[in-house]
Amino acid sequence: MLILKCPYCGVACDETELDAGGEAHLTRHGPGSSDNAFEEYMFMRENPRGVHFERWRHAYGCGKWFHAARNTSTLEVFGTYSAQVIEPPKDIREAISAKVPGWRWRDFA
Amino acid sequence: MSHRLETGGRLIDRTVPRQFTFNGKTMRGYAGDTLASALLGQGQMLVGRSFKYHRPRGIVASGAEEPNALMSLGTDKTFEPNARATTTELFDGLAAESQNHWPSLEFDIGEINAKLSRFLPAGFYYKMFLWPRSFWKHVYEPIIRKSAGLGRAPRHRDADHYEHFNATVDVLIVGGGIAGLQAAKAAGEAGADVLLIEQTAHWGGRAPVDGAVIDRVSADEWVSTTLATLEAMPNVRLRMRTMGAGVYDHGYALAYERLTDHAPDPSLPRHRLWRIRAGRIVTATGAIERPLSFAGNDLPGVMLASAVRDYVTNYAVAPGQRTVVVTNNDDGYRTALTVQNAGLEAVVLDARSGATGPLAEAARAAGIRVMTGRGISKVTGKGKVEAVAVCDVLGAGAVLEELQADCVAMAGGWSPVVHLWSHCGGKLTWQDDGALFRPDPKRAPTGADGAAFVLAAGTANGEFTTADVLSDAQKTGEAAAIQVVASGKAGAAATADPEIVQAMRPVWTMPEKASYALRSKAWLDYQNDVKVTDVELAAREGFESVEHAKRYTTLGMATDQGKLSNINGLAVLAGQLGQDIPKVGTTTFRPPYHPISMGAIAGEARGDLFQPIRKTPIHDWHDANGAHWEPVGHWRRPYAFVKEGEDIQTAVNREVLATRNSVGLLDASTLGKLVVKGPDAGRFMDMMYTNMMSTLAVGKCRYGLMCSENGFLSDDGVVARIDEDTWLCHTTTGGADRIHAHMEEWLQTEWWNWKVYVANVTEQYAQIGVVGPKARDVLIKLGGMDLSKDGLPFMQWAEGALGQFSARVFRISFSGELSFEIAVPASQGRAFWDALLEAGAEFRITPYGTEALHIMRAEKGFIMIGDETDGTVIPQDLGLNWAISKKKEDFLGKRAQERDHMTDPLRWKLVGLETLDGSVLPDGSYAVGEGMNANGQRVVQGRVTSTYHSPTLDRGIAMGLVELGPDRMGEVMEFNRVDGTYVLAKIVHQVFFDRDGDKQNV
Repeated sequence: MLILKCPYCGVACDETELDAGGEAHLTRHGPGSSDNAFEEYMFMRENPRGVHFERWRHAYGCGKWFHAARNTSTLEVFGTYSAQVIEPPKDIREAISAKVPGWRWRDFA
Repeated sequence: MSHRLETGGRLIDRTVPRQFTFNGKTMRGYAGDTLASALLGQGQMLVGRSFKYHRPRGIVASGAEEPNALMSLGTDKTFEPNARATTTELFDGLAAESQNHWPSLEFDIGEINAKLSRFLPAGFYYKMFLWPRSFWKHVYEPIIRKSAGLGRAPRHRDADHYEHFNATVDVLIVGGGIAGLQAAKAAGEAGADVLLIEQTAHWGGRAPVDGAVIDRVSADEWVSTTLATLEAMPNVRLRMRTMGAGVYDHGYALAYERLTDHAPDPSLPRHRLWRIRAGRIVTATGAIERPLSFAGNDLPGVMLASAVRDYVTNYAVAPGQRTVVVTNNDDGYRTALTVQNAGLEAVVLDARSGATGPLAEAARAAGIRVMTGRGISKVTGKGKVEAVAVCDVLGAGAVLEELQADCVAMAGGWSPVVHLWSHCGGKLTWQDDGALFRPDPKRAPTGADGAAFVLAAGTANGEFTTADVLSDAQKTGEAAAIQVVASGKAGAAATADPEIVQAMRPVWTMPEKASYALRSKAWLDYQNDVKVTDVELAAREGFESVEHAKRYTTLGMATDQGKLSNINGLAVLAGQLGQDIPKVGTTTFRPPYHPISMGAIAGEARGDLFQPIRKTPIHDWHDANGAHWEPVGHWRRPYAFVKEGEDIQTAVNREVLATRNSVGLLDASTLGKLVVKGPDAGRFMDMMYTNMMSTLAVGKCRYGLMCSENGFLSDDGVVARIDEDTWLCHTTTGGADRIHAHMEEWLQTEWWNWKVYVANVTEQYAQIGVVGPKARDVLIKLGGMDLSKDGLPFMQWAEGALGQFSARVFRISFSGELSFEIAVPASQGRAFWDALLEAGAEFRITPYGTEALHIMRAEKGFIMIGDETDGTVIPQDLGLNWAISKKKEDFLGKRAQERDHMTDPLRWKLVGLETLDGSVLPDGSYAVGEGMNANGQRVVQGRVTSTYHSPTLDRGIAMGLVELGPDRMGEVMEFNRVDGTYVLAKIVHQVFFDRDGDKQNV
């Protein structure tokens, strides 16, 4: 059972306090987008063994959505941060690089 | 025969006798006994029948690894099956029954299976009971279940209670042997908060029995001194009778504390499940001795060598008068010496070609006969050990000598208890010295900080001499503490003299070239009745992966999870495949380490506390007036109000007709109410709903649909515009929390710069529907608001005082009747309900439940989320195109609904269905077409989504989704029934009643 720190209220949450929201940093494709772009947005997800970015909601706490960067293999958590960003902040990326040099996830590195 | 010795017994108190029953027979033991030691003390060696062949079985072990001595304890409300006699502490009045035999333990019909064992090999059930398929459920399964298996499931509610307990510690240490005690001391001295747990009722583990000398004193003395030190440390907590059950991600662990099993007391919780968050977990779980695989190794009287000396030393119980110790290592000699010192006879068969260690020398010096290079060809006897045939361990089993004996002590080496290490992904490494798997510290389970959070210590880490165990435990305990508290220093480790140990010699089948006849009587897994030849057969038949072989033979799949059988089984499989044991690998260890009670898992969550019930302000009135409850989400809603002398269907019919003919009353408080407010609320509402909501005028209501981003219809309800920047959204009863979360998700993660606030105010209001031709007359009697046709037109709302109640009145209808839904503050709900009942008395106002609600909406062809929708239905399927804005550039689901599958004209569409004979269509029934599909199934062309008996029309009505449905009006289709017959129904318009809406527009 994971523990993730909610960046809003500062609570170290048990997984049972959280709702999982799947992959983070998706770009919405609405009307006018191509079938391929919509399919990619709606269904295609990363499933890495290693560095991953996820959405979580502190559902049984402050109710806020946040992002977590973690290693799906070692379960190491590199950090949690606001959901209201379009890319992982610099300190998070540096924290990952310190542990996993040369990591790459979609367009981020 | 087993018996109690005149003297000795370090754990029993002879001054406190205990009385218990076994299969109805009264027996005696002492305080401190386990049920197993008491049974052996009374000469009861036969304790059960085996799982498959119903062979007589006796006690093998002295602890949690016991495979055979499974008992049903207690009666009725305290009945519990499959309790191990070895872990059951004796108390006065304990009632135990043996299992899996008929008619009695001593005479069991099922024993015939043993004679048929040649015909019941591994995979027998898979191969034999394939056909006919219809026999699976009603013939094969009941017979197999009755003849195989363990105890019966309890038939009464459990009278005991249980609890959960949360704890956060720096270091959790599992196992209270000398390693656990030393590790706890080191971790405590280094400044960590420590919790040390021990599954038995005694500290110190095996060391006192094995005669360890620590810091120049006996192990018993060292243990009590160390315990006193630990008890005096404020940062160390100690819990006995508490087992480490499982280790999970990020330092989460479960421990299972048995509070009253040893002294029943209904005022206390029986078991407590500890939910522990630990910075580091130290597994000081010791090791389990391995049996040896020789013919007849399952006869009562054949035991683990360590168990034999446990019974003698701890309980003064002699498992036999003459014990043959069969060993492949030095440790077996400890048993021979213990037996000899207790005044009993011992002979040692050592599989090694020579026995040169100090323990072997001590045995010889004590006058014990030691034979080297020898093993057991077979053990014989009628239901118990009577004779042991000695052979050359390297040979095929030719008998060199026959020894008379009533006990055989097996010393096959030790396997570290690596279960907890492995639960969360820790990997193992093979160690030739000792032929064992031990934790690989390079591949430990890792936590949130990326570092290993489980550390193994002592014997569990593959250390076997007292000195090694203590120094390893001290080092590990200190390291665990420092990793969490960042500084600190432990004191020195306790010391013990170095030991000279002669290497063990792995023996996987005994003798090495044993014939098939011998191997087919050599048991690997006692509890699941798996023999050496079964594993060999699995390998020959291609089940080469250890995980496949396990499932095919059921090796290690019983309640003991292969604690005794795992390594021996792997070794036999590896031998058959011609591979090394580490290459074959182990199966996966999963929690719990040892079975824990269902009660402990449930904790307090049972009965009324299992799930909180949400109650409307009018709940108590419903309860007092015949409500037949229906669960809707966490709510309870009245399905119907059943009066004296009525059945449910009669009540429903009465409620519908009373509402249609005069006036009905509905508690609609459970409907979700979400307030969406802010400068950007209109824009947000347009994204959430398929309709245009931003243009809704203040004071008006609009029926709206919400779709997921994938296009499917998710919820519906009436939206009211409250003021310039406020909308009130009604959702379905079950949808309030879900839709609130859905709105929050989009607001927080996609449009976070939009100025919108959403509040779930569902429970702030009681909402009551006043429905029917006389609805207005009832409200006029309360007075205070103009609710006339022009004063409050259809699909509008007004705020005001109705009588003494401040109310918001919505003129909306889900029944097709003149209808007002009135929201009042929740605290006024019950008073308002009572006022309406009083005002409506002259119109025979009739409260109605959810079923009448459903019927009336179906008569009007209104859809219900969850009936007409199932997550694959889009609004267009339901003829709701009118509620989908064509003007809006975007809304959730719009892009998805443009995909070609969504616009396919062959999608099933909503229609009404009328049976030709007036009967009610079966719910979920399919319309079958001509021919077969690609899978050889009948073609289907539609299905029933809602079906009711309409009291208004006095016939069955239904709605369904049908291929090209709206174009096929009047066509008759066949719908299947469960019994294989069909019923004919005609496709009609889905509005069955008052299609023009005259009744609601008055």
